[in-house]
Amino acid sequence: MNRYPLWKYITVAIALVLGFVYTLPNFFGESPAVQVSSAKATIKVDDKARSRVEEALKTAGITHDGMQLDFNGVKTRFKDTDTQLKAKDVLEKAFNPDASDPQYVVALNLLAASPQWLTSLHALPMYLGLDLRGGVHFLLQVDMKGALTKRLDSTSADLRTVLRDKNLRHAGVNREGDRLVVKFRDQETRDKARNAIADSQPDLLLTEQADGSEFKLTATLKPEAQKRIGEFAIKQNITTLHNRINELGVAEPVIQQQGTDRIVVQLPGVQDTAKAKDILGRTATLEIRMVDDSPGALEAALAGNAPFGTEVYNERGGQPLLVKKQVVLTGDRLTDAQPGFDSQTQEAAVHLTLDSAGARIFKDVTRENVNKRMAILLIEKGKGEVVTAPVIRTEIGGGRVQISGRMTTSEANDTALLLRAGSLAAPMDIVEERTIGPSLGADNIQKGFHSTLWGFAAIALFMIVYYQIFGVVSVLALGANLLFLIALLSLLQATLTLPGIAAIALALGMAIDSNVLINERVREELRNGMPPQAAISEGYERAFGTILDSNVTTLIVGLMLLIFGSGPVRGFAVVHCLGILTSIFSSVVVSRALINLIYGRQKKLAKVAIGQLWKPGAATTNGQK
Amino acid sequence: MEFFRIHKDIPFMRHALTFNVISLVTFVLAVVFLFTKGLHLSVEFTGGTLIETHYEQTADLEKVRNALGKAGFSDYAVQNFGSSQDVMIRLPLKSEQNSNQIGEAVMKALEADAPGSELRRVEFVGPQVGKELAENGAMALLLVIIGIVIYLAFRFEWRFSVSAIIANLHDVVIILGFFAFFQWEFSLSVLAAILAVLGYSVNESVVVFDRVRETFKSKRGLSTPEVLDHAITSTISRTIITHGCTQMMVLSMLVFGGETLHYFAMALTIGICFGIYSSVLVASPLVMWLGVSREQFIKPKKVIEGANEDGAVV
Repeated sequence: MNRYPLWKYITVAIALVLGFVYTLPNFFGESPAVQVSSAKATIKVDDKARSRVEEALKTAGITHDGMQLDFNGVKTRFKDTDTQLKAKDVLEKAFNPDASDPQYVVALNLLAASPQWLTSLHALPMYLGLDLRGGVHFLLQVDMKGALTKRLDSTSADLRTVLRDKNLRHAGVNREGDRLVVKFRDQETRDKARNAIADSQPDLLLTEQADGSEFKLTATLKPEAQKRIGEFAIKQNITTLHNRINELGVAEPVIQQQGTDRIVVQLPGVQDTAKAKDILGRTATLEIRMVDDSPGALEAALAGNAPFGTEVYNERGGQPLLVKKQVVLTGDRLTDAQPGFDSQTQEAAVHLTLDSAGARIFKDVTRENVNKRMAILLIEKGKGEVVTAPVIRTEIGGGRVQISGRMTTSEANDTALLLRAGSLAAPMDIVEERTIGPSLGADNIQKGFHSTLWGFAAIALFMIVYYQIFGVVSVLALGANLLFLIALLSLLQATLTLPGIAAIALALGMAIDSNVLINERVREELRNGMPPQAAISEGYERAFGTILDSNVTTLIVGLMLLIFGSGPVRGFAVVHCLGILTSIFSSVVVSRALINLIYGRQKKLAKVAIGQLWKPGAATTNGQK
Repeated sequence: MEFFRIHKDIPFMRHALTFNVISLVTFVLAVVFLFTKGLHLSVEFTGGTLIETHYEQTADLEKVRNALGKAGFSDYAVQNFGSSQDVMIRLPLKSEQNSNQIGEAVMKALEADAPGSELRRVEFVGPQVGKELAENGAMALLLVIIGIVIYLAFRFEWRFSVSAIIANLHDVVIILGFFAFFQWEFSLSVLAAILAVLGYSVNESVVVFDRVRETFKSKRGLSTPEVLDHAITSTISRTIITHGCTQMMVLSMLVFGGETLHYFAMALTIGICFGIYSSVLVASPLVMWLGVSREQFIKPKKVIEGANEDGAVV
């Protein structure tokens, strides 16, 4: 009765082997590495980049311990940190000859030192959280109201344009909180205006009000439009953050949306929070200005006396350019920028979409400046750069602008990205910040590891002394539980934090409960006079119901923590839930398999080693309790 | 080896009233401390800035305080954290200060007047986030309670689920009472520990209740208190051993886990001790007061239409 069919043994054996393989990478530690990845969406890191890395290292005489190419970029391992730093300098020079315009991110990283065959099985070490490896964590709150206000302000300008175009006289367009109020003198105008506005601005919800002699039209943004604007703002802010963080040279940054209006930024290994914050909070703006191409002016400016009202900027690629100080348009008027092609020449181009007020200004300016050049500038931290300076061929109306000429496809992509993501769609605030020094991270790992180790040792010692063979089996099952748990965490690449390690320890402390239940039940059945084989079978059977019940209640708690927890609580909950699942399997199935292997084959089993048994009524004269 | 050699069922239920009074007194005391002293909430809940620094030598806290005062900070708390070399600085939320720069400003101030410190950790939590964490925590607690009540009612009977949840909430309140009385820091990880304890001691009650149900079914002729006594007595050895093992693990965390895990392990320790007490000596009497009886576990025999009193059909 205490024999498992072969398939059950095989299942257990396979589970153990898998557990072992996926736990293995955690023992190899990490080796220093340098990662080369793309800093721009247009640049792909491929085999060519890989051979470039190889070559650069070869010419510098640096030997490496292996190289791999994955979606993150080219990662090269080195023997020690000295070589790593040397290699970083070499690669930085090779890949980014122009330090002011980096094309690649060259960052220090740590790579698992596990052998290749494990990596190819997707067996990676556990993904350590920031509190274990050090780094910076920011939670940024996107000011949605700010985004909506910005939108309403630009809409109010649009409304004025619409009303003027249709020759409808109004007595003022004003923003009052989150709505726009347009005043009219008579009802007829208002009704006409209402139709005109409804046609041109489908995102607005219009209501009419009569207030004394004034006829008012109140416009609010429709809920779905608000939602869309909010989603757009978040997405654009994330894109912007990506671009900025690339400059920091972080190996594996995490930039994620959290909830509807928050963004999490995690920068492992970064210690310079001041610089990180500076870069995250930077605002970039787009400006369109006219170029002063009058003969001799540029030369004069370069010589030091720029004509009045102009200044010199460098074009991308290094050409100086004399630009007027007067700003024609700012990036606020830009609603979209997409890369594409010129419909006639098939040249690469960037298509800009301006809002209606912007379109009107653009039309006027281009009409007056045909055959002159206009400059599109990106201003960051007070420093400007001319992205492109095209020649105006004709008057451009309708708010759709195309920039083309002397551009490759990738440059077009790049420019579109810069224009789109150069500025933040909505202001952001840091609402949570955590910086963990690298020494604290290493300390935390040490502490967590020691807690688990000594706790496990104490439990193992007690169980073996108290339950003998059954105790040994319980400890082995507990060991299997630990193996499965770490394998699962490695496989899922769930983030392991210090509370997570605490949860591992606690999971082990609680998992032993199942085995204690079983062992006590078996003892009890033996005490009631059952033959050993029957007692084992009965003990496991009866204990199972209880084990299931108690684990389900614990799982309820774990799931709630997972749903409602954030930060450290979530880290705890993930491991807690996984630990419950692995403990059911290991304490019931694995331990039973072991017991069956040990005792199941013996037909006439007279005695099992489960510790001394005491029967009520038998020799109790020693008076021990 | 066997620790528990119990001849007869221990008459726990005879003393049910005494245990319930003890529980009630502890409970009331805990509530009183909670209201008079309140919880010492961590930065995670209140919002503010927390900075941990490390000195090569023993840190001079007075110097650190002076440095902060000179730099224009107010309402700061400076204390040792774990060892005499580690210093923890806590700053409340200030609307007029630019919260983003506090970490750097503090380090600059320390550099000037109490040099030699290494920044270990900065935590800044805005007011909104703190409020949300507290709300989410309360929500999690509430849903855990509801979830457990429903599961137990479904698996056992409503009397069991009500008693189990009362017994275990009483644990939770007592842990909170300890944290209020000693003014230990109540952080997110302590909250996680408390919720884990809730699950853990419900688990404990489930084991006892499981036995109660089994005894009701298998042993006829025992009165309800006798059934409860029997169930508790036959599971007591498992209860003590399991909790002992878990406590060994927690103790190991308390000793080796450092300051970060200290209060987490502390909450667990209190929770485990009171978990044993409450599931054995609070939940079971409650089940008894609520009027549990054999009939609730034995399925009523189907009454066949037209049958006479002894069930015979002609």
